Amino acid sequence: MNITFLLNGETVELADVDPTATLLDWLREDRGLTGTKEGCNEGDCGACTVMVTDECGAKALNSCILFLPQLHGKAVRTVEGASGPDGQMHPVQQAMVEHHGSQCGFCTPGFVMSMVASHANGATDHDTQLAGNLCRCTGYAPIIRAAKAVEDQPVPVWVKDKPVAVEPASPMMPRSSDELAEVYAAHPDATLVAGATDVGLWVTKQLRDLDPVIFLGGCDDLKEISITEDEVRIGAMLDMNRMGAAMADLHPSYAEMIRRYASVQVRHAATVGGNIANGSPIGDNPPALIALGATLHLRKGDARRSIPLEDFFLDYGKQDRAPGEFVEAVSFPRQADRLKCYKLSKRFDQDISAVCGCFNIIVSDGVVAQARIAFGGMAGIPKRAAAVEAALVGKAWTHETVQAALPAFDRDFTPLTDMRASAEYRLETARAMLERYFAEDQGELTNVMEVSA
Amino acid sequence: MSVTKPLPHDAAPLHVSGTARYVDDIPTPKGTLHLAFGLSPIAKGRITAMDLSAVKAAEGVVMVMTAEDLPFANDVSPSIHDEPLLSDGTVNYVGQPVFLVVATSHLAARKAARLGRIDYSEETPILTIEEALAANSRFEDGPRIYAKGDADAAIAQAAHVVEGTFEIGGQEHFYLEGQAALAVPNEGGDMLVHSSTQHPTEIQHKVAEALGVPMNAVRVETRRMGGGFGGKESQGNALAVACAVAARATGRACKMRYDRDDDMVITGKRHAFRISYKAGFDENGHIQGVSFLHYAICGWAQDLSLPVADRAMLHSDNAYLLPNARIESHRLKTNTQSATAFRGFGGPQGMVGIERVMDHAAHELGLDPVELRRRNYYKPAHAGGEEPVRGKPLGHPNPHEDLTSRGAVETGRSVVRPVPAGGNTTPYGMEVTDFELHAMTEALLETCDYAARKAAVEKWNAENRVIKKGIAFSPVKFGISFTLTHLNQAGALVHVYQDGSVHLNHGGTEMGQGLFQKVAQVAAARFGIPLEMVKITATDTAKVPNTSATAASSGSDLNGMAVKAACDTIRDRMAAYLAERHQTDPSAVVFADGRVSVGEESYSFAEAAALAYQGRVSLSATGFYKTPKIEWDRIKGQGRPFFYFAYGAAVTEVAVDTLTGENRILRADILHDAGASLNPALDIGQVEGGYVQGAGWLTTEELVWDDKGRLRTHAPSTYKIPACSDRPGVFNVALWDGANREETIYRSKAVGEPPFMLGISAWLALSNAVAACGDGYPGLNAPATAEEIWRAIQRLRGGT
Repeated sequence: MNITFLLNGETVELADVDPTATLLDWLREDRGLTGTKEGCNEGDCGACTVMVTDECGAKALNSCILFLPQLHGKAVRTVEGASGPDGQMHPVQQAMVEHHGSQCGFCTPGFVMSMVASHANGATDHDTQLAGNLCRCTGYAPIIRAAKAVEDQPVPVWVKDKPVAVEPASPMMPRSSDELAEVYAAHPDATLVAGATDVGLWVTKQLRDLDPVIFLGGCDDLKEISITEDEVRIGAMLDMNRMGAAMADLHPSYAEMIRRYASVQVRHAATVGGNIANGSPIGDNPPALIALGATLHLRKGDARRSIPLEDFFLDYGKQDRAPGEFVEAVSFPRQADRLKCYKLSKRFDQDISAVCGCFNIIVSDGVVAQARIAFGGMAGIPKRAAAVEAALVGKAWTHETVQAALPAFDRDFTPLTDMRASAEYRLETARAMLERYFAEDQGELTNVMEVSA
Repeated sequence: MSVTKPLPHDAAPLHVSGTARYVDDIPTPKGTLHLAFGLSPIAKGRITAMDLSAVKAAEGVVMVMTAEDLPFANDVSPSIHDEPLLSDGTVNYVGQPVFLVVATSHLAARKAARLGRIDYSEETPILTIEEALAANSRFEDGPRIYAKGDADAAIAQAAHVVEGTFEIGGQEHFYLEGQAALAVPNEGGDMLVHSSTQHPTEIQHKVAEALGVPMNAVRVETRRMGGGFGGKESQGNALAVACAVAARATGRACKMRYDRDDDMVITGKRHAFRISYKAGFDENGHIQGVSFLHYAICGWAQDLSLPVADRAMLHSDNAYLLPNARIESHRLKTNTQSATAFRGFGGPQGMVGIERVMDHAAHELGLDPVELRRRNYYKPAHAGGEEPVRGKPLGHPNPHEDLTSRGAVETGRSVVRPVPAGGNTTPYGMEVTDFELHAMTEALLETCDYAARKAAVEKWNAENRVIKKGIAFSPVKFGISFTLTHLNQAGALVHVYQDGSVHLNHGGTEMGQGLFQKVAQVAAARFGIPLEMVKITATDTAKVPNTSATAASSGSDLNGMAVKAACDTIRDRMAAYLAERHQTDPSAVVFADGRVSVGEESYSFAEAAALAYQGRVSLSATGFYKTPKIEWDRIKGQGRPFFYFAYGAAVTEVAVDTLTGENRILRADILHDAGASLNPALDIGQVEGGYVQGAGWLTTEELVWDDKGRLRTHAPSTYKIPACSDRPGVFNVALWDGANREETIYRSKAVGEPPFMLGISAWLALSNAVAACGDGYPGLNAPATAEEIWRAIQRLRGGT
């Protein structure tokens, strides 16, 4: 593949790039730009954060799991390009010095670039913006002081990048779902790369050679979300930050769960379709979408089919997806918001769920009219709690009904013990989540995030 | 004067612009090779066959080395030569390096390292405390016991007795920059090593051993680390030695850095402990006696485990005058990563033990936990110190031992003065003469509004069913000095050039703590010049030899004093010369504000330097410092291991979701004693960062091994250090305004490790919140993950 992008304002043209060469390795090893650091090589620490600008604007991304072809037509800014052309510091850099935001300094370039990007976007929810940057020295307090100090300062002109107009680089980089359908049908063994937040680790950690690879980033029609009176339809390539924004009004608890899903950097890259298609039993979208009654739309060539989302997950690592078939969209009916998503993990931000319980219980005249409850982390697949649902539907929405339904979790789930949680804890907290849903519904304070000193 | 100023870290402008160089950023010579280890997949066994043909045939591979290919010593241990660089035929933990790949790229080396075909005769590994005890698998021949009075008798006669057993998990350092080294072969078999290490001299020693050359043939340079926290005191040895032997074998520069997963699987972590306690109190909450049993999980090699476990014992009193105490410490050998130094060096574990006792007793006696603590504090500091006691010289050292390692064994026995009778003595016989915590506690409780908030928490808990709050106070008294007495020395090298610019070098290493800036501030102050005139330079074994690790919080105390001595030597020479020139007394020569004044005459510092040069005055000097007053017998557990103590106190408030155990730190208030701070901004940075790291250790940071001894939490995806939003929602940190009662550099105090233990207050606050769920004592283990908190709640409620 031959690709073109801007690097700190300068045009870079690369011929015959290895499709799974990472931006981080290229920056450090080929370009000698060693300001960008490798901390974990899996997108969890943020030391490698760079700013990438495309038609949607500026975003922070982890360069360690960003493949070079994903940059085609975009503008990349590294920490070396955060300073002005005459070496003047970006306000963020100045503030980090003045507020003692660096100690060992190794995470600092990543923090600086996350802050440059959030500053460019006017974002002031600093804890969320920086959840994907780990610092082991400072305890974060001085970094947040620095971020606050520059909130009102203007964005320096030199970081205002624009994407570059480019020609299609390769048939393996389709520009629409139609092109994708065609090329995937021709290469049904290809690995599809949307945001590379999962596939990236196949390369950086499993050291796999992936070939052929189809990059989906150019399929703009798959990035659309349509909200009508009846339906919400989400294109498979919608990134998780846009997904979170879309859910903010419709289903705020889902949006809050997405806020805790990975980090800003990962959510910029990660897609709804990817999170479904990879079949993870601990992906956080599927339980929420299943609880909302979602339908999955698949396409192979020109053939399309739609199935209930829960039917897509057959068994651990096995999905109802034929070779050459891809996820085109997921949709769910518009509905009054009764959805609560409970993400349980060791750490609040940027942690994979031990249990993700999503509850959508509709009560009519004091009676449970409908219950859709789905869990991640409780089985080899994202799974509905059918027995629990059955124990609730048709019953009065009372404490007694909830208590009576709790034993049904044993029939729905036999979770595993792993490094995230024990089987017992998973099962008991799944039960507790139903109790929490009821208590919350009764107006009781149950959210530890809403408590302050 | 440049000292006491809250100046930013000297490298901050480089950090924020990405121009601060770490080992992996150093431009390498053409043809540099890259290394990776092939690792053992099993926890214990013998290698029966090794087929490395696929490794050798892999793309980019230049050489593959096994133990047999090593020319000289196959050892990277900092203590008793029990840690081969490459397996000697046995393997002792999952992740132990077995062979070494030398390849043309980092990726090629990593890929090839996975292609080894090795057959093992597997043996049953020792993974738990029970298994280690059953097999009597331990370091040292038996437990160490330190005692004061008769604890058992005192407990037996006490009105109230609390006892219990709990677990304290280990901790991964998670320095953001992984371990890294670069070796460049020089002429005549010499070797230059760049290493991300807290202990360049030890790297030099181990590399020299591995190359069969004297130490003078090896030069180690360390400009900075991307975090250390103790994890780079001994754990960098393997990479540096591997690079050096590969560089010797190939004649090319060799670089090695661990991928994060490899780093976490290979390297040692904080020691996990199990602590059992039994303590007796009188009706008023005065402790009568306490008995501790420590089980330290040391992993497969000794490393620094003995002094770590010692320091845990030495902090089993924390801030409390224990009339009778007995501490028994077992150092267990297991088939896991060799546990190593980590900020606090065992002190935190020991301190958690006594804080648990105090917490438990307050619960049992129905006393306010702060009040109970205060009743048991050491007596306040009094004016005047003790007479210095002269130590005795050591016996003959073993030339093969790395004497600059904390794992080195003291070969001589110092004579210990008798335990002061009664008074204010620790369980190891040291008189506490600088106890600041009475006044500090008073001040902190006042500023953080403890009493009112405690009442508010109780009210909240009465009114809320699901979310419970907790609040807790904990003090810190941390002993400052290496417990291996001879390590308490430091050297410095200072040059003044003819233009007045100053070149500064010392044995300390920079890992983010701001040591270089503090020491530069000292140098600038001694010469009376602006800080900009002082050039901070990389730690270099060719400039200052025989350095101790930058560890034990000792960096500024030791190196600051050594630099002061070097500067003063030069300054005195300049003063003598100028005084003679002006026919006056050297005391009349004043260095201030960038100028040197002699009577009516005033020179710029540069002019003075030029004059001195022309007057043939040496403008280069070394400086040396050794900590006074200390002497320690670790076998007897008697003496004065510490020059002084650093103090701190914290109050933390938390909220717990009792349905799941999820929790938040809502607020932390800290008052910390940095003496007369050399740089309050840097010190507050240490306090904030230390607290969050300490709280992380006791909450979300959980290391999980499976029943095969495989570490399951080997990446940030599974091992969760605090993220940005985990810091306290309200975070008030202040420094205690007081000078060190001992004569340290500008009367400052060490600040690297002590604040880490302020995080204990978060763990106690969680326990306090859990206690609101029932009548019993929560008996929380550490780390108090959401799951552990949930379990404690179930226990309290009489559930599972």
